[in-house]
Amino acid sequence: MPELGRAALVVTLGLSLFALVAGTAAALEGRRRLAQSAQNALVASFVSTAVAAAVLLSALLRNDFSFEYVARTTSRALPTAYTISAFWGGQEGSLLLWLLILTGFATAAVHLNRRWARDLIVWVVPVFAAVGSFFAFLLVAVASPFATQAATPDGAGMTPSLQNPYMLAHPPLLYLGYVGLTVPFAFAIAALLSTQLDERWLIATRRWTLFAWAALGIGQLLGAHWAYVEVGWGGYYAWDPVENAALMPWLAATAFLHSVMIQEKRGMLKVWNMLLVLLAFGLALFGTFLTRSGVVNSIHSFTQSSIGAWFLAFIVVVVAVSLVLVFLRLPLLRSPTKLESPVSREAAFLYNNLLLLALCLAILWGVVYPMLSEAVRGEAVVLGRSYYDFFLRIFGLPLLLLMGIGPLIAWRRASLRTLITTFRWPTLVALATGVLLLFLGAGSSIPGLVAYTFSAFVLATIVMEFARGTRARMALGASGWLTAFTSLVARNRRRYGGYVVHAAIVLLAIGVAGSNAFDSVAEAKLERGQSMRIGDYTLTYRSLSERAGANATEIRATLGIRRGGRDLGTLQAGKNAYTVEQQVSNEVGIRSDRLTGEDLFVIAEQIDPNGTVYFRVFVKPLVNLIWLAGLVFLIGSVITLWPDRREQRRLVARAAQVGLPATR
Amino acid sequence: MTVALVLAAGLAVACVVAVALPFLREPEPESDVLDELDPEERKRLELLEARDRALAALKELEFDHRTGTVSDEDYRAQVGVLRREAAAALRELGGRG
Repeated sequence: MPELGRAALVVTLGLSLFALVAGTAAALEGRRRLAQSAQNALVASFVSTAVAAAVLLSALLRNDFSFEYVARTTSRALPTAYTISAFWGGQEGSLLLWLLILTGFATAAVHLNRRWARDLIVWVVPVFAAVGSFFAFLLVAVASPFATQAATPDGAGMTPSLQNPYMLAHPPLLYLGYVGLTVPFAFAIAALLSTQLDERWLIATRRWTLFAWAALGIGQLLGAHWAYVEVGWGGYYAWDPVENAALMPWLAATAFLHSVMIQEKRGMLKVWNMLLVLLAFGLALFGTFLTRSGVVNSIHSFTQSSIGAWFLAFIVVVVAVSLVLVFLRLPLLRSPTKLESPVSREAAFLYNNLLLLALCLAILWGVVYPMLSEAVRGEAVVLGRSYYDFFLRIFGLPLLLLMGIGPLIAWRRASLRTLITTFRWPTLVALATGVLLLFLGAGSSIPGLVAYTFSAFVLATIVMEFARGTRARMALGASGWLTAFTSLVARNRRRYGGYVVHAAIVLLAIGVAGSNAFDSVAEAKLERGQSMRIGDYTLTYRSLSERAGANATEIRATLGIRRGGRDLGTLQAGKNAYTVEQQVSNEVGIRSDRLTGEDLFVIAEQIDPNGTVYFRVFVKPLVNLIWLAGLVFLIGSVITLWPDRREQRRLVARAAQVGLPATR
Repeated sequence: MTVALVLAAGLAVACVVAVALPFLREPEPESDVLDELDPEERKRLELLEARDRALAALKELEFDHRTGTVSDEDYRAQVGVLRREAAAALRELGGRG
C-alpha cells in the first residue's frame, strides 16, 4: 500500500503547515479556537505519521520488494529483528522515524503542559509544526520511503555490520535524544516569542531535556559497544564525524543541565541557558545533516544524497531566527543577581560549562575542518585522533576534577576554612591513590595517572556526600541507615541521582584511561598448533571451522587461552561471509575478566586458504568499566527523571495562585 | 490500490474533522479570546518564583549545614540574606492581595 503511505505523509505535511500558519496567527491575534485547531492539527499529524510508519513496517515484514526502500535495505534471508531495524537502517526510513518521534513528543509535551503553561503552548505549537513541516517536506518531496519499482525476487540485504542486536536499540535511542532536544528548543523559542520568560519553560522542559540527554548518552555507549564487538578494529570510539555528531549535542545538553540549576537557584545565566538550548538543538540538526548529507565518509553515514542542501538551509534558518529572537529579548533576559564569588557552586558550574562548551567547540572544529579545507584548498584535511585526544585531556581532566569540587561548595560563596575542611579527605584519598598507582607502575602514562587520581577524588566526594546526607537524615529521625539513605535520595532525586551519574562518568573515565593509556597489542601469523604471547596470556591456535549460518557462512579460528600457567578455556575469532550482501565482516573474540574488568580481544585479520591465520590481539585493562558505567548512568538518569510529587504540588499551588488552572 | 485510496481519504477526512472540531463545537462562542496572563498576574508569578527560590535555597542551606557541607561561618553569612529575600517576596505578594 505505498499510496496510503504517501498520502499519509502528504496529510502530515498539510497538518504541520496548517499548525504552523494557524498557530502563529492564533498566537499573534489571540484567537482561542484557532489555537485549539492548530493544536489538534499537531496531534493529528502524529496519527497520520503513525499510519505512514505502519505502512512501511508492514512492507518490511512482508518482504514487499515493490518498495524500493525494502528492496534496498533487506532480503528474504534477513532475520525478522533486523528486518524491523531496517526501518531506521536507511535514509528515508530513519527520517520517517525522526518525524514519528517528533510528532509523538510534540503531542505529549503539548498535552502535559496544555493547562499549566497554556500561554506558552500557543507558541510551542507553531514551533513544533515548523520543525515537523521541514521533515514532512523532506519525506514527501526529497526522500520518500514509499517510492516503488517492479518487485524483485529478493532484496539487496543489509550491511553486515548493521546485523547486530545493538542496532535494534542504538539508532532509536540516538533519535530519541536528537528529537527530544526539539522539546526544550520549542519551549525556549515559544518563551522568547511570547515574552513569557519566567521559569515555566524551564520547568516544562527539564525532564524532557534529561530524557533526551540520557537517551543520547546511553545510545552512544551502546554504539560504542557495537563498534567494539562488531566493527572489529579493536576500539570503541574512533572520533568519527558521525560519532562526534552525537557527542556534541550531548555535551551542550550536559552544560545546560548544570547551568539551568544556576537559573533556578539564583535567577542568573538566562541568556546563556537560552543559547545552550539553541546550541544543543542546532547541533542535533547538524548531526542529522552530517549523517545524511554524504559530506563525510563514515561507517555510520548514509549514502550521498540530495537532502544535505535542504538540511543546511534549515539549520541556517533555525540558527538565524533563534539568535535574532534572543537579541530582541535581551532586555527581558537580564538577571536580577550577579556572581558573588569565584569560589561558589554557581562559579564551579560556570567553569564546568565553559570547559564543556570548549570541548564541544573543539570537536565541532575537528568535524568541520575537513569540509572547510576541502572547500578552500580542494583537499580534505582530516584532524586525527591526536587532535581530539589532546583536547579531551586539556578540557576533560579539569572537568573530571570539577565534578568532585562543584557539588561540595556552597552556593553564593565559600570560605577558605570550609574548603579545607570539606576537601581534606577526598584530597588525601586522591593523593594516596596516585602514589599507590605510581608505585604499581601506572606512571607510564601521566594523563592516565592524573585521570585515576582525579577519579579517586570524585568518588571520595560522592561517597562522602551520601554518607553525610544519610547521617543527617538519621539525625532527623530516620530509623536505620537504609531508611535514611532511601529517604535522602527520594527527597532530592536531582541531587543524588546526579551524584550517581557522576559516579558513572568516573567509571567511564577510569575505563577509557585504562583501555587507552595502559593497553597492549600483539600481532602474529600462526599455523595450527603455534602460539603467541601478550602480557601474561598465551594464545595457541588450535583449529579452523566453517559452518552455514542463517544468512552467512561463519568461519572461526579456535584459540586455547592460558594465563600464568592456568587454562582459561578457548576463544573463537573469525569472519562471516554474507551471501546476499556479498560482504565479509570481522567477528572478534573477546574474553572478559569479570574481576579485573580486563578484556582479551582477538581479531582474525586474515585467514589464508591453507588455514594460516593472521591474528591481532589486544589486552584492554578496565575496559568493562565503560559498559558498567552505562548501567550506572541509566540508574542515575532514572533517579533524576523519576517524578517528584512534592515538586508537582508546589508548582500546582504556585500556578493556582496566579489564576492558572491547578493542573498540568 | 482502491482500498489504499479509501483508507487515505478516510484519514484525510478524520484529520480535517479533528482540525475543525473547535469551530464545530463552538460555532458562536461567547468569547474567542486567548486567556493570557495580564501584567499583574505576570508580576505575581515572578514574585512567587522569587519566594519559592529563596525558600528552596534556605531549605538546601539548612540541610547542607546539617551535613557539614556548609560551615557555621558560611551558614551565618547566608541565612540572613536568604530570609530577607523570602520575606521581601512574601511582603510584596501580601501587598498585592
